[in-house]
Amino acid sequence: MTSAEVVGILEQKFGPRIKSRNLEAIDPFVTVEPQDLVEVCRFLKEEERLRFDILNCISGVDYLEPDPKKVAKAGFEPHLEVVYHLSSSRPQGTPPRVQRFVLKVILPRWKEGQPGSLPEVPSVTSLWRTADWHEREVYDLSGVFFTGHPNLTRILLAEDWVGYPLRKDYEYPLEYHGIRGR
Amino acid sequence: MATAEQLSGQRPAQDQTIVEFDVRTDEMLVNMGPQHPSTHGVLRLVLRTDGEVISEVSPHLGYLHRCAEKIGENVTPIQFIPYTDRMDYLAAMNMNLGYSLAVEKLCGMKVPEKAQVIRVIIAELNRIASHLVGMGAYGLDLGTFSPFLYAFREREMILDLFEDVCGARLTYSYITIGGVHDDLPEGWVQRCQEFLDYLKPRVEEYHTLLTRNHIFVKRTAAIGILPRDLALSHGCTGPMLRGSLDRSQGDPEWDLRRLEPYCGYDQYDFRVIVPPFPEAPAEAVLGDCWHRFYVRMLELVESIKLVEQGLHRYPSAQGSHRIEQPRVLPAGEAYVETECPRGQMGFYVVGRPGKDAVPLRVRARSSSFCNLSVTDDLCRGCLIADVPAIVGSIDIVMGEIDR
Repeated sequence: MTSAEVVGILEQKFGPRIKSRNLEAIDPFVTVEPQDLVEVCRFLKEEERLRFDILNCISGVDYLEPDPKKVAKAGFEPHLEVVYHLSSSRPQGTPPRVQRFVLKVILPRWKEGQPGSLPEVPSVTSLWRTADWHEREVYDLSGVFFTGHPNLTRILLAEDWVGYPLRKDYEYPLEYHGIRGR
Repeated sequence: MATAEQLSGQRPAQDQTIVEFDVRTDEMLVNMGPQHPSTHGVLRLVLRTDGEVISEVSPHLGYLHRCAEKIGENVTPIQFIPYTDRMDYLAAMNMNLGYSLAVEKLCGMKVPEKAQVIRVIIAELNRIASHLVGMGAYGLDLGTFSPFLYAFREREMILDLFEDVCGARLTYSYITIGGVHDDLPEGWVQRCQEFLDYLKPRVEEYHTLLTRNHIFVKRTAAIGILPRDLALSHGCTGPMLRGSLDRSQGDPEWDLRRLEPYCGYDQYDFRVIVPPFPEAPAEAVLGDCWHRFYVRMLELVESIKLVEQGLHRYPSAQGSHRIEQPRVLPAGEAYVETECPRGQMGFYVVGRPGKDAVPLRVRARSSSFCNLSVTDDLCRGCLIADVPAIVGSIDIVMGEIDR
């Protein structure tokens, strides 16, 4: 099954709730609104024709050009993307090949434009257990709040760490518990 | 072999690890690591125990976090290659390969045949080295020292071969974007073949030392049983997942070298190791520590076959060992997963829309990270002494988990 066919099935089911699609990309993807995420994911996982039952990766990507001189030619508006890479445990075709699909959620960098308040995405831990640690990592490093996550705490950084290092405007700390930062 | 109820992940009723206590015990929190020798680096496990029986395990990560992803978005892809070495430092070549393939996919580069053959030879040699360490260290976890020495004797020879091709013994940065850094040196193919001829009969010795060792079987069989569906839900890959699959149930040969071939793996003849194994000891249950270990041991033999085929192809392979990469990365994004010794290692590279030599985002999907997340489910209800056996069978490398 090609990505175009997957997108076709999704658009047939969800109609305009599939916000946008990009079939020309190297890995074709669709974008959905945060409130539709869990429903679309459940459909992708449980629909008999699709069966994307493996969540490979969740990544947070911060689109921001921190240098004011370069903003004009950066080519994007500041926003945050959460990217879900899915695959199916049933290889298809002859010879059998892994089926993959990419789903994206586009978020404002801060909730309601207020720096410091994290944008929210519903958690998909109820569908894939992989999401547990991956969402904690995205929360930890990219600063996205996953609502409904059973234990959303920092995973790689220390519990009392301040800031989200994979944000482009992250400022390196000058000291941490008496250890000099630079 | 296992019965149906054992396959469903339930512990067999006659399991001796289910200990009955006639004394009331208090719940206790036990810290294991981050300096515990059997935690393979700096992993800290907080065990909630009732006497000897574990009720919860919570892994604490991050002791080896070096912000690799943040560094990745500040340096060019070629500058990032040395950082990938330091992720899974036992299989640095495979890490180099994964990142190179991701950047090549983003740039739309086609790597010449000769470079691909060298990549297969080198990646499979590193898989052998990594599985040897996995085997030796696993023996060490379970209290036997000698397999470790044998494994390191053989690994040393692979390191010597790597030293000949790139000058380094641990962090190679040899496989790079567009091919490999240098062509193989003169006489290397011959030396590599000699090593393989030396290694082949040794594998049987390891089986005698560990696989069929009575104590080893007692410590690993029917311990830490991972059902297939739990493995898929947790995103477990590599030997961890394959140890839980069952060919007779129609499970696929879950190996990306077979299902999503890169570097021309589809033209090589090799077997994907999927249970059941007729030679398994009677106590072993599908998805237990013994199966995970045995999958690794058989993969080692397949890798020897792959290296031999690569060496055979190398003299007639066309093209150069390396092509130039574009000066700037195109806009767009690419995600590539490769079959590394510990599972599927993914790299996600996002190029800047306003073309630049530095990517906007580099993400590493670590296989050990997902494999380790299943520890809590595996360890519940087992004894403290089984924790090293279970964590060892996952074969983690903390450098890759913490990045």
